[in-house]
Amino acid sequence: MIYREAGDFKTTYQADSQTFPLRLDRLGYYALLAVAFLVIPFVVSDYWATSVLVPFLIYAIAALGLNILVGYGGQVSLGTGGFMAVGAYATYKLTTAFPDVSILVHVIVSGLITALVGMLFGLPSLRIKGFYLAVATLAAQFFLIWLFNKVPWFYNYSASGQITMPERTVLGQIVTGPATPAWVKYIVCLTFAVSLAWLARNLTRGTVGRKWMAIRDMDIAAEIIGVNPLQAKISAFAVSSFFVGIAGSLFFAVYLGAAEVGESFGINKSFLVLFMVIIGGLGSIFGSFAGAAFLVLLPVFLKNVLVGGFGWPTDLAAHIELMIVGALIVFFLIVEPHGLAQLWRLTKEKLRLWPFPH
Amino acid sequence: MTLRFASLVAAAVMAAAPAMADLVVPNYSYRTGPYAANGTQYADGFNDYFTLLNERDGGIGGQKVLTPECETAYNTEKGVECYESLKGQNQLVVAPLSTGITYQLIPKVSADKVTLYTPGLGRTSSKNGAAFEWVFNAPANYWDGASVAIKYLLDQNGGSLEGKKIALVYHNSAYGKEPIRTLQELSKKHGFTLTELPVDAPGQEQKSQWLQIRRDKPDYVLMWGWGVMNAAAIQEAANIRFPMENFIGIWWSGGEVDVEPAGAGANGYKSLTFNGVGMDYPVYDDLKKHVIDTGKASQDGQYVGSAVYSRGLYAAVVIAEAIRKAQELAGTPEVNAEQVRAGFEALDITEARMAELGLPDFGQPIKLSCANHGGDGHARIQQWDATAKKWTLISDWIAPDAEVLDPLIAEDSEAYVKEAGITPRCN
Repeated sequence: MIYREAGDFKTTYQADSQTFPLRLDRLGYYALLAVAFLVIPFVVSDYWATSVLVPFLIYAIAALGLNILVGYGGQVSLGTGGFMAVGAYATYKLTTAFPDVSILVHVIVSGLITALVGMLFGLPSLRIKGFYLAVATLAAQFFLIWLFNKVPWFYNYSASGQITMPERTVLGQIVTGPATPAWVKYIVCLTFAVSLAWLARNLTRGTVGRKWMAIRDMDIAAEIIGVNPLQAKISAFAVSSFFVGIAGSLFFAVYLGAAEVGESFGINKSFLVLFMVIIGGLGSIFGSFAGAAFLVLLPVFLKNVLVGGFGWPTDLAAHIELMIVGALIVFFLIVEPHGLAQLWRLTKEKLRLWPFPH
Repeated sequence: MTLRFASLVAAAVMAAAPAMADLVVPNYSYRTGPYAANGTQYADGFNDYFTLLNERDGGIGGQKVLTPECETAYNTEKGVECYESLKGQNQLVVAPLSTGITYQLIPKVSADKVTLYTPGLGRTSSKNGAAFEWVFNAPANYWDGASVAIKYLLDQNGGSLEGKKIALVYHNSAYGKEPIRTLQELSKKHGFTLTELPVDAPGQEQKSQWLQIRRDKPDYVLMWGWGVMNAAAIQEAANIRFPMENFIGIWWSGGEVDVEPAGAGANGYKSLTFNGVGMDYPVYDDLKKHVIDTGKASQDGQYVGSAVYSRGLYAAVVIAEAIRKAQELAGTPEVNAEQVRAGFEALDITEARMAELGLPDFGQPIKLSCANHGGDGHARIQQWDATAKKWTLISDWIAPDAEVLDPLIAEDSEAYVKEAGITPRCN
């Protein structure tokens, strides 16, 4: 009754092809942005910002990146952890080598470096598909981790192989290092997340995205209609790795402040991000955020309820938490194999008819 | 829905917050994951000692000690989440049993002004209190351990390791990499060759490393392992019939859970230790009376007296003594985190004091100062007796080689000072 197209007239092509054609959607989106930028920074507590929102936003960026590759491009990748490590180590090397350049520039340059590395490891995708490609990217994961462990130059010859983020400021405001106020971390991650989501959205509905989807749906047919598979596949790897690299860079610089390659960027991270994409919904921007929220917020929420609320022993709570999250993943995949994004789509369909279904 | 989530979480956080007057010493435990077998024993020892103080003495200086637990699973992200959530509870001391988490928290505790206590783990150069104001790692650190192990081997070989081959099997993480620098220096000094064999976390898979050991036939194997890696390594060593008495683990590789799976094959395995072993200490009588028999023991006291349990207990003893010292210095039992730091720095646990605590000859005397946050770093060697199923101490306290360690510590802490942009204290 309220949520509907009727009466929402478009008079220009531009208005017709906008991201949110429904006025209610649009208003909701602007309201969400306003709350995220103008309200939350002023009310958020340290714990919420640093332990809940910042990891959520960073994982959302990583999931967006992987979603471009897996959901839009149709190429499987298990190298996300390794590419995040490239982003993190690039930031570390850049910021220790050029401390005077703004850290935000370093973050973006780290993303570009990761894009190059991603293109390199994306080359096999021209010859192999599906599971075989997954194994090739798995090799990228292990090779990159091994590299950052083995070559001391990457961690500036520190005794323990750890990289630690020095303090950096942007416009006089500390943005990295231990003295960073929680809301600054949040704002930095939010800005990156929103601008990258905007970029992803516009890429995927333009020529580039259509080429990716054509390759995804049937590569031979796509080639026949004039899509260059080399260009499409490599650009999918590049853009995806760019996003993942920025996520890795923020993960190290803003969120953790110190990282150890095997522990922070191991194969588990690759799987975690892949699960986010699958649970959130392949080929959906909203799905990337939903998947990240599901896998980041749920464990923290369960921990707080089970240990803090019910006073259960921590080990029991940790085990129950694994079981609940696992059971929910199975449940969602059975009930809605297309992920949380599809659930959201269905809800919107139902809302259009509400309260008078046929 | 979100609102209900939020209010539930808010309620949960509220309920968990203790009364402000209590002393909060959180237990950053891990009872799940590949390191749970060791972590859970350590956490029990840590909890039980504070329960004993609460039950027997009514806390420290009349203030009850609370040890809220937070599960880290030996994972740095979860550890940071724990730290952030416990920050709101006014924690006095942070003691994560993980070198990875320690590295994460060193910058954070310095900014938040909370003491980080990492007995026998963490960043070695935090021994230098001039650079690391908020970090303490007494009674011993990894470089001490490496040096003590080599000293013990020197002693076994009539003072010379010239031409010997020593292999280091280590957990491929910040923890396992810590001793490498020291061992490299020591190999230069004493003329042995060092082979480094990293084992990727969690460490069940070590076939290739031990194949290499079988091929290279090193005279001695040192191990920096933790969790499931220890048991796997000892089993592999037994499989290739490596002489167990030539296999020495760091103190974290010296628990019952590590050797028992290998059965008789583990007989003769040695490890370092910075605390006494077994239950022949008067404190266990009190523990039995006040904690175990009253059913207040952590996890029903199933691990009481094990080697790793003793180490957890020892950590609690040092923290309790530091809080006591802080109360003495501040003249009030209600101390805050900054006063506890002062207590740590003025810590002086003599042999007589250890005996008074019911732990005679359990640990070395600890005397800390502004410049020395790491104590003397002595350690002993223990050996596993598979038939009696117990550890026996086979050496007296061995002092580390300060001649090698001091310059290394100075160098590493200088790097930290430069990196973090701080001015060294204690002048």
